Amino acid sequence: MARINRPVSRRQAWWLLATAIAASLPLLQHVPLWLSIAAGLAFAWRAVLTWRHWRLPPRWLLIPLVIAGAVGVFLQYRTIVGRTPGIALLLVFLALKLLELRAARDAVVTALLCYFLVLGQFLFTQTIPTAMLACLTVLITTAALLAASDDRPAPRQQVYRAGLLLAQAIPFMLLLFLLFPRVQGPLWGIPQDRFTAVSGLSDTMTPGSIAQLSQSDAIAFRVRFKGTVPPQSQLYWRGPVMPSFDGRSWRVAQTLAAYPTIPYDGAGTPVDYEVTLEPHGKHWLFALEMPANLPPDSAMTSDYQPIAREVVRNRLRYTQSAWPDSHAGANETRAALRAALALPAAGNPRIRAISAGWQATHGDNGAAIVAAAEDLFNRQLLTYTLNPPLLGPDMVDEFLFDTKRGFCEHFAAAFVFSLRAAGVPARVVAGYQGGETNPVDGYLEVRQYDAHAWTEAWIAGRGWVRIDPTAISAPSRVSSNLAAAVPAGEGLPFLARSDMAWLKELRYRLDAVTNGWNQWVLGYNPQRQRDLLASLGLREPDWRSMTAILSILSGIVLLVLTVWILRNRQRVDPALTAWRRFTARMARLGIVWQAWEGPLQFAERAARLTPQHARDIVEIAALYAGLRYGPNPRPDDLSRLKSRIASFRP
Amino acid sequence: MRLTELDAILADINHIILGKERPVRLAVACLLARGHLLIEDLPGVGKTTLAHVLARVLGLEFQRIQFTSDMLPADILGVSIFDRGTGAFHFHPGPIFTQVVLADEINRATPKAQSALLEAMEERQVTAEGETRALPEPFFVIATQNPTHQIGTFPLPESQLDRFLIKLELGYPDAAAERELLAGADRQQMVASLTARIAPQRLIEFQKQVRAVHASAALIDYVQALAAHTRTTPRWHAGLSPRACLALLAVARAWALLDGRDHVLPEDVQAVLPGVIAHRLRPTDDNSRADAEAIAAALIEAVPLP
Repeated sequence: MARINRPVSRRQAWWLLATAIAASLPLLQHVPLWLSIAAGLAFAWRAVLTWRHWRLPPRWLLIPLVIAGAVGVFLQYRTIVGRTPGIALLLVFLALKLLELRAARDAVVTALLCYFLVLGQFLFTQTIPTAMLACLTVLITTAALLAASDDRPAPRQQVYRAGLLLAQAIPFMLLLFLLFPRVQGPLWGIPQDRFTAVSGLSDTMTPGSIAQLSQSDAIAFRVRFKGTVPPQSQLYWRGPVMPSFDGRSWRVAQTLAAYPTIPYDGAGTPVDYEVTLEPHGKHWLFALEMPANLPPDSAMTSDYQPIAREVVRNRLRYTQSAWPDSHAGANETRAALRAALALPAAGNPRIRAISAGWQATHGDNGAAIVAAAEDLFNRQLLTYTLNPPLLGPDMVDEFLFDTKRGFCEHFAAAFVFSLRAAGVPARVVAGYQGGETNPVDGYLEVRQYDAHAWTEAWIAGRGWVRIDPTAISAPSRVSSNLAAAVPAGEGLPFLARSDMAWLKELRYRLDAVTNGWNQWVLGYNPQRQRDLLASLGLREPDWRSMTAILSILSGIVLLVLTVWILRNRQRVDPALTAWRRFTARMARLGIVWQAWEGPLQFAERAARLTPQHARDIVEIAALYAGLRYGPNPRPDDLSRLKSRIASFRP
Repeated sequence: MRLTELDAILADINHIILGKERPVRLAVACLLARGHLLIEDLPGVGKTTLAHVLARVLGLEFQRIQFTSDMLPADILGVSIFDRGTGAFHFHPGPIFTQVVLADEINRATPKAQSALLEAMEERQVTAEGETRALPEPFFVIATQNPTHQIGTFPLPESQLDRFLIKLELGYPDAAAERELLAGADRQQMVASLTARIAPQRLIEFQKQVRAVHASAALIDYVQALAAHTRTTPRWHAGLSPRACLALLAVARAWALLDGRDHVLPEDVQAVLPGVIAHRLRPTDDNSRADAEAIAAALIEAVPLP
């Protein structure tokens, strides 16, 4: 392969530089600054080399640079394996490879490195813009690869040719995507690197922690209901249950190990739905109250909270159903009830006094005490606000009797406190309340600003009963949404607001597209694949039948493309075919016909080089020239040319 | 089909213009293709002699116009003068009314005078004082110009350059040819003693034959491929125009006829390419004033035969 050793032309060098820049730009945000600067310098060096026709740096300079780059990456990350160190190392190689573009071989290696870096982008994000950017970069890289083999066409033509090549690959891409046997698990997730912070509910609740979430309009999860959507006021998405209280913050039970679950009876019409949960870095899975079954690879804690065995680091899809009217824990353990009564020794004297009064009046009639507490909350005319004043050590007292302004966590904390002080077991439940149906694709979108906290009180004979103290003072929070409940003028994420309808409409469409991408591209798992094949009439396919389908369909696509290409191809002049056979024979003698060389000119050159064949060569060339360029070739000229060539055996 | 007459003509010219077989052949091909010739070179390399010889050997009338900066169109085309005897204006034809015109140092004249000549070349007729007069047939202009960077020149614009079918550079003769020239007889006397090889009528027949030379589909594909390459490569400001392609084909036909063939080969196109395209393509990289041969060679090697 002599072609692989051809020197790299200026134009090819420009192509490769452009490709390298396109492939590495999106990755610079993930690598350390020094590496970005070093790569930029290497690119600039390459540009100057090409521009001024300078010589390439010598090997004794490049080898130390490679070593320095690799050592730098190692010192930065203390390893060279893993996502970011690996990408950083590839970036070092790419930048330095550009400085040793000696032969076509180096150009091909550079282009392949660029393809690899494009793939690397997906290790960080898999959004639609990333995919679009990757398509563009692949186009440029392919054009550069084409230019590496033939740099004569203008850049626009190279891009056109690359686009044509990639367009021809699209049917195969779709076939492989849809039909290639899928493996379970995320394609792009590399667990060790996914420690980045993601917003979501935490396992503690202090005043202000949920109000902070209300400033985010990021999607927490999306839900598709199998049947009708339950009324807004029933959409309580149960999250971490927080029984323990230290005077300031509420916490989940200490361990997340699976508790023995206490069963409860189903009540009400079951609601079936499918959740697509965004990664949130915690174990819990949000379920509509009360969960009727568990998603795979999950367990339920003793406070009826489904938790995943693994931290949710990747987008997760699961189907579940709920019994809306169930009450759990009619036979709750003593330990759990004791935990649900625990209060700090001191603090909040005013509410303690009132609660003591309720206990004196109603004894152990939990329902009556709950009613009394609801009545108290009602009479206090509390204001639901995103900007509650700061509270001192006796925060329940201050909230209920002095400031009277709070967000859902204030309400829930104060309510649980007042019940516990009156001897009624109670606890805080965090989660999400409500959600909004996207009219474009019909998914219910639950966003971070739907985060909410409510309470559960244990009432003898019934079990845990949900009471939402926020709804007492701000019923519209539950019946419609956050925007309807907070006073006008408070800062809300714009999606939570009810004005700006067109922006909202736009955002709905964008969310629907993103959701479609998540559901059908990123979330195309073995289950989805089975569903698709089933809808094509292929039930329970094994890998053999899938391979067969894949091969057959690929064959059909190939056939269609071949027919299309053949139809567009011009018919080749038989004289030209014969001439090519002749020149191939000459090439074996070491006399290579240049594609631009006229027949007589070639014959003259060849005859000079091999005088022993001169007569044959000149006559064949004259016959061919007459056939291809002459006015009216004699009918037997073609057969004469063919037989002359056939008998020409140098 | 060797055309001995044409061979004899070429031999006669080469006998006087020494060591310039290719430019001479191109000049004759240009004449056979009914085009006009532009010769750009330094003074004293034989431009004028070439024009003289061509006219003599073909038996054509010859006139020379020395262009100067104060020249007017009437100095070329002719002028009407009042004749007292008849009491009417009488047209005195200018030097252009001849079969071979040598327009010497055309870029010394102002654009006004240049365009008078160029219009006549294109139309093959002269319109003066409302009357149109046809120029003789055959009509052949050989213009010479000094390299444009010389002082006191008005460079011809690209659109005017296109009127010339071929632009030649003669260049210095090689040592052997120059020695023969120095040692040989006086060129002017040799020119004067030349006799016509053919009659003008025969030249017109040859010109007709040129137009009948066969250009096959494969060859036209090749011309198109060459043009397409010049249009898509960023090396030139603009690619070859359709008129340039016609010119290329016409000269290639003449070249094939000079070779005694009734059909054009890619070799013919390649051989005439330097003369046809060099004044029609302007490189984008203005610093690289590559010579015509190099430009043509680069183009040829970039375009495979279809």
